Amino acid sequence: MTASCYSYYPGCSLQHRSHAYQQSTEAIARSLGFELAEIDDWNCCGATEYFSVNRLPAYALVARNLALAADQGAEEIVVPCSACFLNLHKTDKNMKLYPELGSKVNKALAAGNLHYEPGTVKVRHLLEMILTDIGVDRLKDRTRRPLYGLKLAPYYGCLVARPDSVFDSTEQPTAMDKMLEALGAQVVPFSLKTFCCGGHMTQISEETALDMIHRIIKCAADSGADALVTLCPMCQLNLDVYQEAANRYFETSYQVPVLFFTQVIGVALGLSPKELGFGQEFVDARVLLDKIQDVPPPRATPARRSKQALPMPAMPE
Amino acid sequence: MTAPQHRNTFFDRVVAATPGGELLSRCLQCGSCGGSCPSGADMDHTPRALFAMISAGLEDEVLSSNTPWYCVSCYACTTRCPQNIPITDIMYTLKEMAIRAGRYDHPHAAKFSETFIGFVEQRGRSFEAGLATRYHLFHHPQQVIKLGIMGVGMLRRNRLPLRPKSIRQIDQLQAILAEAKALAAKEVEA
Repeated sequence: MTASCYSYYPGCSLQHRSHAYQQSTEAIARSLGFELAEIDDWNCCGATEYFSVNRLPAYALVARNLALAADQGAEEIVVPCSACFLNLHKTDKNMKLYPELGSKVNKALAAGNLHYEPGTVKVRHLLEMILTDIGVDRLKDRTRRPLYGLKLAPYYGCLVARPDSVFDSTEQPTAMDKMLEALGAQVVPFSLKTFCCGGHMTQISEETALDMIHRIIKCAADSGADALVTLCPMCQLNLDVYQEAANRYFETSYQVPVLFFTQVIGVALGLSPKELGFGQEFVDARVLLDKIQDVPPPRATPARRSKQALPMPAMPE
Repeated sequence: MTAPQHRNTFFDRVVAATPGGELLSRCLQCGSCGGSCPSGADMDHTPRALFAMISAGLEDEVLSSNTPWYCVSCYACTTRCPQNIPITDIMYTLKEMAIRAGRYDHPHAAKFSETFIGFVEQRGRSFEAGLATRYHLFHHPQQVIKLGIMGVGMLRRNRLPLRPKSIRQIDQLQAILAEAKALAAKEVEA
């Protein structure tokens, strides 16, 4: 397999509270044979905080990363964090779409001897990169431990699906569904796959945030999922770390582990749980490993319809 | 921006400060935004109502509404808006205007953003341990114990480094941000 090298923007969360995302990303990169070269001296993307109260400086903050990447010869950058992905993508897009904004941002960058020509660097999310460049078929080939019997709820959250449907539907994305199925897992129907986890709302109005977290956890549990699979550090933090608080507030007792999709790929590739950062989550995800079966579970036969039921059009298989 | 230069109503200023803001004049008052909003139930006004208020020039009421502060930046409204109004970005503009006017009733929400920004401007990276401590000590001291318990859980799982990281060329970043702020101040004057 030819090793390909990608310019990589890890973002602050992966170095702090979502270390498991970083570890598992690096582990599957080694296993699948691609390299991630960190952009030298990258800075924080400002999350939602900077953009929401300080527009022009926020664009300049993010554009510094794009300028650095371009100067370091990158034509594309791979980003695992949803918020970083959105900010980098949005800055590149809006600098081009609104030339007046673009020239102001470049005026600010000039104060640091930098310049960025919008459109130079293509911003890609890690999930899209894995699905496009490696592909479902190769993931299937490389699977050493198929995730038979594991029922997973794919949770996309907001900022990869919206505002621009860069690589998938804004309302019903299926990229991660296909990937999880290729790894042998069973994807449960999960209607809140793009419902917001609340972002920073736990810090602003905890009741509002816990309501949103509770809805997602409940929906996943009601769908019969063994775990939620996410692609965003903020979503993982809210659904995992605040699950106990939501349980207390709503007097429930959910225990739904929340994994990064890279950890799930890693398990299927046969990598060790420790290498993938298992054990760093609040709701223990190691119980999932015991649920993986050696053979695929028999396909559930559709429930036979009652003879008294009204006629319905049949769903294609 | 397409707003006529000779007018300078509240509506015009909101439009001028938002990339793509001129689409706001096309609002149909359909309510898709409020219906899509996951935190809409806790807002003083749904986005639709707020936009009608902006058109009516109710500056004080709009800037003191909790609505922009309860926006979770999920962009559900933006993608569903049949007129493609950049609703999330308009919420950001309103936050910025409310801070500048000092006319908002939700100071802790702004302080959270400002504390976060402070660390980024100082080091070029976010610093969660510092953000959580500083924000809560100053703005929610009664919650420090609860937060402490969670913090210990994070520490035990190796998810909360206590030493902040910094970028190498922090001077360069600070020069860029200072220039951007100067440009933003000029925008406001104009």
